[in-house]
Amino acid sequence: MAWDRNQMAARAAQELQDGWYVNLGIGIPTLVSNYIPEGIEVTLQSENGMLGMGPFPFEGEEDPDLINAGKQTITELPQTSYFDSATSFGMIRGGKIAMAILGAMEVAENGDLANWMIPGKLVKGMGGAMDLVAGVGRVVVVMDHANKHGESKVLKECTLPLTGKSVVDRIITGMGVLDVVEGGLKIVELADGVSEEELRAATEATIVG
Amino acid sequence: MKKIYGSAAEALDGLLFDGMLIAAGGFGLCGLPELLLQAIKEAGTKDLTFASNNAGVDDFGIGILLQTKQVKKMISSYVGENAEFMRQYLSGELELEFNPQGTLAERLRAGGCGIPGFYTKTGVGTQIADGKEVKEFGGEEYILETGIFADLAIVKAWKADETGNLVFRKTARNFNPPAAMSGKVCVVEVEEIVPTGSLDPDHIHLPGVYVHRIIQGDHEKRIENRTTRKKEAV
Repeated sequence: MAWDRNQMAARAAQELQDGWYVNLGIGIPTLVSNYIPEGIEVTLQSENGMLGMGPFPFEGEEDPDLINAGKQTITELPQTSYFDSATSFGMIRGGKIAMAILGAMEVAENGDLANWMIPGKLVKGMGGAMDLVAGVGRVVVVMDHANKHGESKVLKECTLPLTGKSVVDRIITGMGVLDVVEGGLKIVELADGVSEEELRAATEATIVG
Repeated sequence: MKKIYGSAAEALDGLLFDGMLIAAGGFGLCGLPELLLQAIKEAGTKDLTFASNNAGVDDFGIGILLQTKQVKKMISSYVGENAEFMRQYLSGELELEFNPQGTLAERLRAGGCGIPGFYTKTGVGTQIADGKEVKEFGGEEYILETGIFADLAIVKAWKADETGNLVFRKTARNFNPPAAMSGKVCVVEVEEIVPTGSLDPDHIHLPGVYVHRIIQGDHEKRIENRTTRKKEAV
């Protein structure tokens, strides 16, 4: 037993605080918007130039001038505002966005994050990921605990080129929640049916405490 | 001084030269200067460097200039929605300089503001920092990035008045204002030119000082990733 994608997204949604402006990455992080707890108001930023991202449009109501950072058609909300890319990354770099929830290929115990390229494979670019992890108040990574070969993605040191150095605050995987602390990672929470021994055994990184 | 031109080709007349640096607005296929890109294709200008967040798709956006091998180098944050781009890049015909998206936007803005360099935390400790000056402020490391001073900016806006004051629409604004600012000359294509005085001066997104030539035209405005939800049965 462990958390599935939706349970991971629901757990990540517990990180949100009332009044926050947040940026959600592509993949499992996008699902977080389905689990925003009741009574918590958050405003979603789309780094191509929008605060207050709404849901996908109804069929026939798509607007080519209204897309998210994944280039999907979306809608606006009553509180929506638009701005240019320099302003958008100004608020990211300036720390005005409280949190980013992102996917990752690898995370290291010192908070290093790799999620933009695999040497020898086709590289599409980092988009806004490097700006986000360097700039926002808090970085939460949501990802599978192991890669498809069953190897830990939570490492002592990243093997892939970095997106950011010492930038991750918290890691949420199918096995639980880990915080980046002095000397390594600290277990915050275990997923349903996962024991501490199992989590330790599945994790290459140093677990302290 | 009259800023309005009859066509994209007329508006670009005398501005294009081989080996030039062009800043182009747009994010994905949204807010692209599609008419001006088509006119550059027809002009046949070569060895172009584009500062543009993306490279379009095979038959739309900068992709149409890749097909005719008019592009020497791209300065972009995300590419690869484009088979011809990847073919040229992997065969070494096309140079590619990856910039983090916010760094690219700020390089354009800075160039337009007369700022030749700025320090940013983005990319510190990554391969983006290779060869760049590192400086400490308040105990934290930052890297030096340079402003982009483009020979020409091509951008797309929603409306312009006759003096070049611009209004953009929704997320089609994106890189258009910073690209416009970075150009020595800026040519804008709009959906509608309205009489001077009809735009609320408090609602101008980019003042006409940045805009030198304007054309009006019909835009395809292609959608890259159409995503919808079903209306729930009532």
